[in-house]
Amino acid sequence: MQIKSLDELYELRQESTGKIALRLHMGTSGNAKTIMVCGGTGCLASDSDKVIKNLELIIKARKLEGTSIVRTGCFGFCEQGPIVKIEPDNVFYVRVGPKDAKDLVDEHLMKGNRVERLLYEDPQKNEKVHTQEEMSFYKKQSRVALRNCGLINPEDIYEYIALGGYEALGKALTQMSRDQVIDIVKKSGLRGRGGGGFPTGLKWEITKSQQSNVKFIICNADEGDPGAFMDRSILEGDPHSVIEAMAIGAYAIGANKGIVYIRAEYPLAIERLNTALRQARELGLLGKNIFGTDFSFDITLKYGAGAFVCGEETALINSCEGKRGEPNYKPPYPAEEGYWGHPTCVNNVETFANIPVIMTKGAEWFATMGTEKSKGTKVFALAGKINNVGLVEVPMGITLREIIFDIGGGIPNGKKFKAVQTGGPSGGVITEQGLDTPIDYDSLLERGSMMGSGGMIVMDEDDNMVNIAKFYLEFTMDEACGRCGPGRIGTKRLFEMLHNITAGKATMADLDALKQLAYMIKDSALCGLCQTAPNPVISTMKHFWHEYVAFVKDVDHPRGEGRYTPKNKIGMKS
Amino acid sequence: MQKVRIKFHIERKNYSWQIIYKYFEKLVNVMTKPQDIDVMKPTGQEFPKEKYDELEAFINNLETTKGALIEILHKAQEIFRYLPRDVQLFIARKLGIPGAEVFGVVSFYSYFTTKPGGKHTVSVCMGTACFVRGADKVIEKFKEVLGIESNETTEDGLFTIKDVRCIGACGLAPVVMVDGKVYGRVKVEDVDGIINTYRKQEEQNADKVLR
Repeated sequence: MQIKSLDELYELRQESTGKIALRLHMGTSGNAKTIMVCGGTGCLASDSDKVIKNLELIIKARKLEGTSIVRTGCFGFCEQGPIVKIEPDNVFYVRVGPKDAKDLVDEHLMKGNRVERLLYEDPQKNEKVHTQEEMSFYKKQSRVALRNCGLINPEDIYEYIALGGYEALGKALTQMSRDQVIDIVKKSGLRGRGGGGFPTGLKWEITKSQQSNVKFIICNADEGDPGAFMDRSILEGDPHSVIEAMAIGAYAIGANKGIVYIRAEYPLAIERLNTALRQARELGLLGKNIFGTDFSFDITLKYGAGAFVCGEETALINSCEGKRGEPNYKPPYPAEEGYWGHPTCVNNVETFANIPVIMTKGAEWFATMGTEKSKGTKVFALAGKINNVGLVEVPMGITLREIIFDIGGGIPNGKKFKAVQTGGPSGGVITEQGLDTPIDYDSLLERGSMMGSGGMIVMDEDDNMVNIAKFYLEFTMDEACGRCGPGRIGTKRLFEMLHNITAGKATMADLDALKQLAYMIKDSALCGLCQTAPNPVISTMKHFWHEYVAFVKDVDHPRGEGRYTPKNKIGMKS
Repeated sequence: MQKVRIKFHIERKNYSWQIIYKYFEKLVNVMTKPQDIDVMKPTGQEFPKEKYDELEAFINNLETTKGALIEILHKAQEIFRYLPRDVQLFIARKLGIPGAEVFGVVSFYSYFTTKPGGKHTVSVCMGTACFVRGADKVIEKFKEVLGIESNETTEDGLFTIKDVRCIGACGLAPVVMVDGKVYGRVKVEDVDGIINTYRKQEEQNADKVLR
C-alpha cells in the first residue's frame, strides 16, 4: 500500500491505534496485556533476548490469549537492565533474568499479583516502587527526542504511525512552503545536538539559499565519544523519527538524497534502520512523489569504520566519499560545497529526532522548555561512578546537581563526589562548585567544558584526575587523523608529557610546558577534534593543580598509577 | 665509509664480483629497508579463488564504484576476515586506483585489520565509563595472562586482545566481550576464569577430534 495523501495517513493511524492502545491506557479490553521487554544493546548484553524467548514459551504453554510481547527500544535505565514493563497494569520490573520469566507469567499474568522481588527499590526510602512515574530516575526527565524509545516496537512502522508519526512530514509537504518549515525550526531555537550547538534552522536556511540542482542531507550517526550512546539508542528505539525528520529537512533545503553515516560498530542500529527504511519505502513515505506531491526523496546508508574524527562534518563527508576521513579547511562550509562538491546539510541524530515533534506541537511549545539561548531538552548518557547509569533526557537549564544526585541517585558505596566530565574527550571537568550552574551550551563553555554529544562521566574521590586527563589524551592521540601538525604531533607530545608526569619523571618546568603546549594546540589545530583535545588537560590543571604537583614533588601522593620512588628517600612521606 | 671501501675492493680487483655484489646488497638493504608494515610482507596465506570471485561479484553489482571504497573494504573484510596485501591490491586493480590509496584508507580506520585474528577475540571496552570503573586493570590482567599486547594474537592462535571504544553496555561496566558474548561487571579475579572456559572448550573439541 502506498500513502498518497494526508487523509490516507489518518486512516492508517486509526486502524493502527489498536496496536498500542494498551500502552496508552486507552480502553482496556478484558485480560489483554502487553509485555514490553527492552531490546536495547545494554539490556541485550544482559540476556533480554532469552527473557523474551522464555516468556514466549511459557505463555504458549499456559495458553494465555491476548497477551503480546513487544521488544521495544531502550528505556534508558541501563543500570537496572533487563527491563520489563507490563501494560496496562503499568508495572515496571527491573533486572529480570531469563529464569524470572516463569514467575512473571504465573504470578503476574495468571494470578494478577505483582512480583515484589523484581520491583525497583528506592535506595533512599527503601521502598519498592512499581510505576515508572514514581521512580526518582524518571521524575525529573522530560522525554522529547526519546519520546518513543521504550514505548514502541522500532521494527513496526504502524506503531509509529499510530503515535502520530509521519503526520509532520505530510503536513509539511502538503500544507507548508519550504520557508515556512525553516521558519518553524528557526523559531523553536533548536541547536545542533552533536556538540557544536549551531542553530539548525540557520543551517537549513543557508543550504536552501545555495543555487544548485543537487543537494544532500546527511545524518551524522558516527557517535565516537566513548561513553555516549544516545544516538544509537534513538536509532535502535525510534528509527522512523530520524527518517521522517530527514525527509522534512530535505524538503526544506531542496535535497533529493539523504545519507545516514553510521558506525559499523552498531550492528543492531544498522539492522533496525534498514528495516525502517524498507517499511517506509513500502508505504511510499520514501521514494517518488511522497504524499502525492512532486517531492521525491530516498536515503542510503554509509558505514563508518571506526574513526572518531569522522564526527566532524567535513571529515564525515570525505569518509562518505570513500576516502580517508580527514577534515578540510573551512570555508567553504559543507552547506556551500559538501558531498561531491554539492551543498550538503549535516545534522546529528538527536537534532533530527526533535524535528517531527517540533513540527506537530509547534515552535512555541518547544521554546517553552530550556533557557533563553538553549531551547528544548538534551539527552545525556550518565555513566561512571554513579548509581543509576543510563540515558536521561532533561530540559536545558537543569543543574548538574539535579542530574547527578536526583536522577542519577548519587555516588555508589558512600564515596564522595569529585568531578563530572561532560562532552567526552572534548570537554572538561566540572567540580563541586560548578554543580549548581544551569546547563546549557554557553554556561558549560564558560566553565571550560562543553555540551559535546552529551556524555557525562561521574568520578569519585578514588579517581586521579591526571590519570583521567591522560586517558582522554591517549584517546585523542590515537584518533587524531594526522592532517595538521598541532593535532598529529602536539597530542602525542602532550600524552608523553602526561605519561612522564604520572611516572614521576617530570619537573615543575614540565608542568608549565604542558600548559603552554595545551593552549598552543587549542589555538592552532585544524578542526574541532584537536582544538578541543587539550580541554581535559586544561580543566584538570585548573581545578586539580595539586594533583599534578603531587606527582612531581611526590608529597602526599594521591592514589594513582606509577608511584615514583626516588633513589634519595630523604624528605619523603610515605 | 662503506662507499670508500667498495671502491677499494674494486680497485684491488682480487675479489670476485660476487663479493662486491654482496657489499652492494648490504648497502641497498641499509638504504631501502622494507618498512616494518606487515602489509609489505607476503601474507603466506593463499585464499581460494571463490572468495575473490565473491568479492568481484559484489563490486560488479555495485551501482557505481565512485566513493564505494569503504563499502567494498567492509565486504572484503567480511569475506576474508582481514585485509592482507593481496586483497588490497586486488581491490586496487579492480577499481583502477593506486594500491597506496587503498592502503591509506585501510590503515586510517581502526575497524580494518591487516592481521589475521585469533580464534577468539577478547574485546575489552576502554570507553570512559569502563575506564573509570577499572577497565585498565582488567586489560592489564588479560595481557599478563595471555602474554600478549593488545591487537596481538597468542602463539597458539586462540586469542586476540582488542581494546575497543564503548560497546554500549555502560550499565555493566567494566565490560569484556569475547566473540559475541558479553561479560559484565568484570573484576580482575574473573579474568582467569573467562580465559579458562575457552581453553577448556578447545581442549574438549580437540579430544573429540582425536577420538
